[in-house]
Amino acid sequence: MIEVKQLTKSFDDRTVLHSVDATFYTGKTNLIIGQSGSGKTVLMKSLVGLLTPDSGEILFDGRNLLGMKHQEVKELRKEIGMLFQGSALFDSETVLGNVMFPLVMFTDMSRAEMRDRAMFCIERVNLKGAENKYPSEISGGMQKRVAIARAISLNPKYLFCDEPNSGLDPKTSILIDELLSDITHEYNITTVINTHDMNSVLGIGENIIFINKGYREWVGDMSQIYTTTNEALNDFVFATRLFQEVREYVAENGTIDKRKVQK
Amino acid sequence: MIITKSLAMFGRFCMYLGRVFAIPDRWSVFGKRTVQEVSKLGIDSIPLVIVISLFIGAVCAIQMQLNVTSPIMPAYSVGLATREIILLEFSNSILCLILAGKVGSNIASEIGTMRVTEQIDALEIMGVNSANYLTLPKIVGFVLFMPVLSVLCMFMAFIGGWCVAVFTDLIPVSRYIYGIQTMFNEWYVWYGLIKSLVFAFLIASISSFCGYYVKGGALQVGKASTDAVVSSSIFILLFDVILTKLLLQ
Repeated sequence: MIEVKQLTKSFDDRTVLHSVDATFYTGKTNLIIGQSGSGKTVLMKSLVGLLTPDSGEILFDGRNLLGMKHQEVKELRKEIGMLFQGSALFDSETVLGNVMFPLVMFTDMSRAEMRDRAMFCIERVNLKGAENKYPSEISGGMQKRVAIARAISLNPKYLFCDEPNSGLDPKTSILIDELLSDITHEYNITTVINTHDMNSVLGIGENIIFINKGYREWVGDMSQIYTTTNEALNDFVFATRLFQEVREYVAENGTIDKRKVQK
Repeated sequence: MIITKSLAMFGRFCMYLGRVFAIPDRWSVFGKRTVQEVSKLGIDSIPLVIVISLFIGAVCAIQMQLNVTSPIMPAYSVGLATREIILLEFSNSILCLILAGKVGSNIASEIGTMRVTEQIDALEIMGVNSANYLTLPKIVGFVLFMPVLSVLCMFMAFIGGWCVAVFTDLIPVSRYIYGIQTMFNEWYVWYGLIKSLVFAFLIASISSFCGYYVKGGALQVGKASTDAVVSSSIFILLFDVILTKLLLQ
């Protein structure tokens, strides 16, 4: 579990995060949502230590990131996997090389063991057969899956995903969402996803934190979001006609009958 | 304002070097990457060094023949003057200025692209010292291989001058070869090699620094690449003066 307490971050005179409190639960997909410029990326970067907040606490299972020494941060980072918006795969390495990278750097496994572990992760994200390709030779969706495989190769306790669906078609987005959700439950990981994709919010949002203008505005799950009275959240989530109709349907029928939708 | 900014930049560079010269996380990975950098930055520069050295050596010999020849100067002075120019300046300072363009822009654009595509952030989040992982193999690899390039440059430039003697009637071949050998001061070779080592360090470290702190996108990567070449060249010239004063006087 990750707990954020009274987190504040400013750039020059502009305060981007105002005393944000949040809890990210283990074994759940925790979503940070908000409009562009609302401060969710700053929150995510503060969580992983890429930005230093002005004040507050970030507790990883009770360990305060902001009070840690350099070596302790280094050790903590071995427990963290991260999926970047642009995948951030190493261009000079193959898919297998990318997934093996954390194993090479931080384990004493033999070459064969590392290869086996990397192949297991590649198969887990359904990319068997692509292990010898370079990132430039595979699609954006495949790159995201390679990045997930790399992020889970060291069995992380915490998985952070920055806009995992950006630039992907809806079908691939759903595949990535399902994969992240499955991995979270399968390995009991604390997964934090930064997104403004409403499909993700309504599909895998088990714990949703809505950030608006640097304030934590709302906390709930995907079922509560349909009935929320928070104006800013309503404006954000149900901005499109499609989602307005979905909400109206849910209001009338109580829930979406997936079998009916399938037909 | 400019002084404050320059001092801040220098401080940042020193802190960056502090991170670069940390102990590598994995020596085996460091060794492998150093060999790759020797190949990429050093061995791949050999064709450029050969071509440039041959032509500059030839041009030096022709110009010396045109400017040095007089009734009171011995014929071998063309070879002698050509040798001194090549050993003292061309095989180190001029060569490194040229390599700053090739190697410096290569390093800055590679690291800069890694920065803007979040690959450096990915390394940091994994707990890897990205400055050390990316830069130290480049510095060590290039500095280790620089003497090879410098010696190759000397040799090929002499060949260039020799070609002028052989294929034209400007200089007698025997006089050119005699001039190359006569009054040889071994220290000049060491002087050239020491300078080339310092310049190689400057090129690799300054260029990687320019790339490492890029902010923005492709445009900024291009600018960092240009900054790397310009800054490396200025510091090469500055250290050329300092080292010449220190080593030759």
